[in-house]
Amino acid sequence: MYAVEINSLSKSFGKTKALDSVTFAVERGELFGLIGPDGAGKTTLFRLLTTLLNPDNGSATIDGFDIVKDYHTIRSRVGYMPGRFSLYPDLTVEENLNFFAALFGVTVEESYDLIAPIYSHIEPFRTRRAGKLSGGMKQKLALSCALIHRPSVLFLDEPTTGVDAVSRCEFWDMLSELKTKGITILASTPYMDEASRCDRIALCDKGHILDINTPQDIVNKYDSNLYAINADNMFNLLEASRKATGVIECYPFGESHHLVTNEEFDLNHYKEELGDFKNLTITPTAPTIEDMFIKLMKR
Amino acid sequence: MSDIVISVHNLTKRFGNFTAVDHITFDVQRGEIFGFLGANGAGKTTAMRMLCGLSYPTSGSGNVAGFDIMHEGEQIKRHIGYMSQRFSLYNELTVSENINLFAGIYGLSKKETTKRATQLLERLNLHSERNTLVKSLPLGWKQKLSFSIATIHNPEVVFLDEPTGGVDPVTRRQFWEMIYETANNGTTIFVTTHYMDEAEYCSRVSIMVDGEIRALDTPTNLKQKFNAMTMDDVFRTLARGAKRGE
Repeated sequence: MYAVEINSLSKSFGKTKALDSVTFAVERGELFGLIGPDGAGKTTLFRLLTTLLNPDNGSATIDGFDIVKDYHTIRSRVGYMPGRFSLYPDLTVEENLNFFAALFGVTVEESYDLIAPIYSHIEPFRTRRAGKLSGGMKQKLALSCALIHRPSVLFLDEPTTGVDAVSRCEFWDMLSELKTKGITILASTPYMDEASRCDRIALCDKGHILDINTPQDIVNKYDSNLYAINADNMFNLLEASRKATGVIECYPFGESHHLVTNEEFDLNHYKEELGDFKNLTITPTAPTIEDMFIKLMKR
Repeated sequence: MSDIVISVHNLTKRFGNFTAVDHITFDVQRGEIFGFLGANGAGKTTAMRMLCGLSYPTSGSGNVAGFDIMHEGEQIKRHIGYMSQRFSLYNELTVSENINLFAGIYGLSKKETTKRATQLLERLNLHSERNTLVKSLPLGWKQKLSFSIATIHNPEVVFLDEPTGGVDPVTRRQFWEMIYETANNGTTIFVTTHYMDEAEYCSRVSIMVDGEIRALDTPTNLKQKFNAMTMDDVFRTLARGAKRGE
């Protein structure tokens, strides 16, 4: 049995189709990433799966329980960390944790081994009000509270948005550790570079799933030639490259631009066409998740 | 006019016993895209507020767009643009109303406002949406609009505080193209970001740790110096050594 199974799930808000017939399944113990920008439908999907919303069409199960019919059972089996900080700012760290334990009919002691690797970072501040914590500490408290009842499936909605690169990396380390304890994790993120931390990812945009696979298999499917180009005037290089023969597109990519080409493209001819550019370099480069996302979005 | 648009020397800001910004010194050239990086709590926002004329340094000196940050804060505000992800536009006003409001705040004449507004709407392809409330625009359009409005008065320098959070990779690139174009036309860009790949778009990058600037160079040189493949590696090497938390 899959931990999460989703079948043609749809949800609209007025005229906006937030989620348009989405189908996929998540294996038990998998760390599954939903990767996409604002408006992709990530939050709506999480709210449906945690039984906070009902779907317009389609169905889904968590551990075999139906999200509409068995919502009560599901609520005690899932942990949910919303994108916005949703703990009680006027309660202390310790009070928040005890409160969530009481709601689920457990004690902090029973689950301490599970939350310890995360909670130990904020335990020295246990008498501080949650509203007075820094962003990174709030995130750790929210994760501790979401884990207090030993959920079978954990939903994390953009847990790393607005967090700096070092803390983001530490957070993913914590998730990898939770995975070893058998918890199934679905995490959403707008950061493409976090894809490699997941077992499998779904690339999503505007309520649709563009592709689902392991991060490696997603980039393996990239079927155009891709080059990294540089020159002294990077802005003009962009414009000129777009007009060159055999170029499908050209876009900024870090310190280089990426050049996507078709069979009409000829390296020497390209260099001739851009002969006016000083220090022009062009080298083949490996596609990343982001290159694939751009390609799929334009389709 | 000098070609150094931002110049700070030993800039320091203390709050009680806490030194948020500790003797930072650097220059930014005209037309440069200057990346201002640091972990949460490293002192970026405090430094940026001083550069924008919103807060006075405890010691040290600085000059932005030709004005002294200690004595000419009001002049600085008129000669810079500012955009952040958190606040830039008024959601309850239409696109046109936002343009007119900010043009007015920056002291553009009526004639100039009409001219710039037409140019701006045309460039963003937003003419048909000019009477739409800003809150109902997609996030990517909002960001492009706020950037255009932050530069409506042709400022010497524009400060961008984490401008691109949450948008798709195609929109994010369109946004960076606007930044390139603006810099190409001579406006200096001062930008903070948590996306390390965006740090590589910058002409030069500074990395703040514990209130100090620990590294400042082109992305290529920084990667060489720290023997790293990506800016992400450079950043992590430096920020891991931080003593103070957020």
